Amino acid sequence: MNGSGHSAILVAVMSAGTILLRFLPFLLFRKRVPPYVSYLGKVLPPAIIGMLVIYCLRSTPILSVPFGIPELIGVLTVLGLQVWKHHSLLSILAGTGIYMLLVQVVF
Amino acid sequence: MKRKTVRQAFLRSIPVMAGYLVLGIGFGVLMHNAGYGLPWSLAMSLLIYAGSMQYVGVGLLSGGAAVITAILTTVMVNARHLFYSISMIRLYRDAGRYKPYLIFALTDETYSLLCGGEAPDVENAALYRFLVSLFNHSYWVIGSVLGSLLGSVLPFSTKGIEFSMTALFLASFAEQWGRKENRIPAAAGLIGTLLSLLVFGPERFLIPAMLLITLVLTLLRGSLGGKGVES
Repeated sequence: MNGSGHSAILVAVMSAGTILLRFLPFLLFRKRVPPYVSYLGKVLPPAIIGMLVIYCLRSTPILSVPFGIPELIGVLTVLGLQVWKHHSLLSILAGTGIYMLLVQVVF
Repeated sequence: MKRKTVRQAFLRSIPVMAGYLVLGIGFGVLMHNAGYGLPWSLAMSLLIYAGSMQYVGVGLLSGGAAVITAILTTVMVNARHLFYSISMIRLYRDAGRYKPYLIFALTDETYSLLCGGEAPDVENAALYRFLVSLFNHSYWVIGSVLGSLLGSVLPFSTKGIEFSMTALFLASFAEQWGRKENRIPAAAGLIGTLLSLLVFGPERFLIPAMLLITLVLTLLRGSLGGKGVES
């Protein structure tokens, strides 16, 4: 872990930022919501989820052993199950289980 | 009467229970593996209470991120909460003393349970929504605490458990992709971030990616935003 002082500041910042985002609309838009804001509200969530997927996979080694194969299998498991069953908890548990098995036992 | 409200709120919160316990445990284990013990997990789950943010936060903490990176990441990852709040302005207007907590605890899952606006009886609607929010929050905190404690005593290796975070976002991505109007924004997020990663490298690509995504979506507004924005 990193220094406690800096870590505590980061937790405080994440907490204050999250609280501020949740409260801001209640303080700003009592009457009406500007169109640009409601547009971003519509398009930002799927874009940010896409960003977070890449963020999670950012350090995957694709040019050295095991060439990101465990990640690829894990990703396909989650996507496949989610499209098939639409059951998030099932997809997450199965994908994580297979990935853990691959990195611990196979590769 | 009050007991009835508690019961109804508890029943409403059950679908979220399993998910929050499992994801909370995953968060606690990740924190433990990163060298952050119970007080840290507990503080984050009590004070931040945003699943995606806390998972990303493990990386920010263990990587010793700059404060400005933490601020911008919080804004981007949690920007969607602005829009949950926007759509709840009317519903929470008369919640009285419960209002601050209701706003604080408005997570994706709580939003999905309450956004329909239905409540068992009008008289206790604010109390009911407060209790649903509180039950969900408690599942999340209990899961985090369990994960933090289990992290040190689990009889099997937890190597690879960090993939639960990837899986969480992937499942959400697949659901979003299912709706046609989300595909261009989702692809913009994916491709913009990938480009940024290739250009800036894995240590500093997040902020350029966020700026690029916002820019691209702003430019696409003419073709994407035309219809159905009046909310």
